[in-house]
Amino acid sequence: MDTTLNQTENQFFSSKKNNSEIKGKFFTGLTQLAVILIIAILFIILGIIVYEGRTKFSWDFISSFPTNGMTEGGIFPALIGTFILVIVMSIAAVPFGTITALYLTEYAHEKSKFAAAVRFSVRTLAVVPSIIFGLFGLGFFIQFVGAGADTVLNDGQLRWGQPNILWASLTMSLLTLPVIIVSVEEALKTIPRELREASLALGATKWQTIRKVILPESISGIMTGTILAVSRGAGEVAPILFTGAAYYLATLPGSLSDQFMNLGYHIYIMSTQSSDVEKTMPIQFATTLVLLILTLSLNIVAVIIRARIRRKAK
Amino acid sequence: MKDIKIKVNDLSLYYGEKKALNEISMDIPANKVTALIGPSGCGKSTFLRCINRMNDLIPSVSISGKMLVEGIDIYDKNVDVVNIRKKIGMVFQKSNPFPKSIYENIAYGPRINGIKDKTQLDEIVETSLRQAAIWDELKDRLDDSALGLSGGQQQRLCIGRTLAVSPDVILMDEPASALDPISTSKIEELIHELKEQYTIIIVTHNMQQAARTSDHTAFFYMGSLIEMGKTNTIFTKPLQKQTEDYITGRFG
Repeated sequence: MDTTLNQTENQFFSSKKNNSEIKGKFFTGLTQLAVILIIAILFIILGIIVYEGRTKFSWDFISSFPTNGMTEGGIFPALIGTFILVIVMSIAAVPFGTITALYLTEYAHEKSKFAAAVRFSVRTLAVVPSIIFGLFGLGFFIQFVGAGADTVLNDGQLRWGQPNILWASLTMSLLTLPVIIVSVEEALKTIPRELREASLALGATKWQTIRKVILPESISGIMTGTILAVSRGAGEVAPILFTGAAYYLATLPGSLSDQFMNLGYHIYIMSTQSSDVEKTMPIQFATTLVLLILTLSLNIVAVIIRARIRRKAK
Repeated sequence: MKDIKIKVNDLSLYYGEKKALNEISMDIPANKVTALIGPSGCGKSTFLRCINRMNDLIPSVSISGKMLVEGIDIYDKNVDVVNIRKKIGMVFQKSNPFPKSIYENIAYGPRINGIKDKTQLDEIVETSLRQAAIWDELKDRLDDSALGLSGGQQQRLCIGRTLAVSPDVILMDEPASALDPISTSKIEELIHELKEQYTIIIVTHNMQQAARTSDHTAFFYMGSLIEMGKTNTIFTKPLQKQTEDYITGRFG
């Protein structure tokens, strides 16, 4: 009886650590180290930004114009310019993106070559470098559409054939279109087939079903896509480099044909071409902080809404 | 000779190359309950969905033969499928209310048909819910979400929703299979009351239910219609051996 117990003990409580156990612990430790490293880097970056910008970051900073050759004052016009940019961008991109997503989920036949081309285009658009969008905006919107509009509407007088907030917003909307399409598609796919069937069985047309059942249910997906697009549009600089952003404007943009200031662009120019880089350091960091807070909080809101959509799908 | 509401002539259905329904021919009488019975996969639900052309939603489906509703072939090219579905309504196996209020669920159909006047809609909602035997339970909660109702209530709501567009025919695809016995018997009572005004075709895998609720029964097997007749006859003196085997539980 004693010997059987000892045998069982030996089987269960073997103190020999074998090779695979050690390897397992090593890799677990490695991944934990990676996580700590990433979080540490994030906090160091944030820490530097907050510390260096602390003297400038205030309500005044956000609400007043820059003064003294941009070495003092605030970034109000850059903030407003960024807002107008993302608003016009959303007006262009959200309906267009939603309709595309609706086409892909509700109307496209499985084997349709056109639908396959659309899907391919969306995926490709998503990985095009942002500077390419800027060049496209310059070549297509400004030099082709804008110049053409001037010839037809203004007798050749230069008004639309130059960088302005309209062209910059449209360029940015092309960049963010894939994000919106993917988010809306995701939301549309969570709507169960039974709801569509119920509507059709009552004698509704496909369009009535979309308008009255599907679109209302996909609002959260549209919202997520819009917020992600806005967050991206607020931070990207390359697409607006030659399509409308300016470093210093005395007034806020009054019409779509005006140029505008922009947070990201401001940081870029200030850190490379400002008259007194040392003196403007705190402003640079404070502006960066503002931009970071803006994009981070937008992203968090989008993540929360998306998590809610996913929970609903289960 | 009683009125025939729907006359089916040699209806066949293919999923791509695979034949799922074999030249079904039958007469469905008006203002009666016709039950479609048969083992799983025999084609009874597929056939039911042919009647209001819900199979049109499946891209690989092709159909041959005729389905005449009051003399008109609903598969004719010139027929607008939307109008067919207003005349032939459907209640699904699992209740599928819209994520809207109870009122808006019932008002959905009438609104689609262009009715905007609130008094009219109120009237239709009340009539439909009364016909579905659920008005008293819901009349004080019309603005509550339909999703908060129990399974049995949701199904009766879906029946009310179908009634709100004033169809002639109501198709029911195993309407009580997801419900408890008490809800099931309420639905069966409802079917009995509704047949005075409507023609009802019900798919059920529950033979006792078919025997209780229907006037006529059609037995399907492997995509073919084996036998159809008065429910009494089918369940006591079936003509085909296959029918008898199924009814007595030798397979299915």
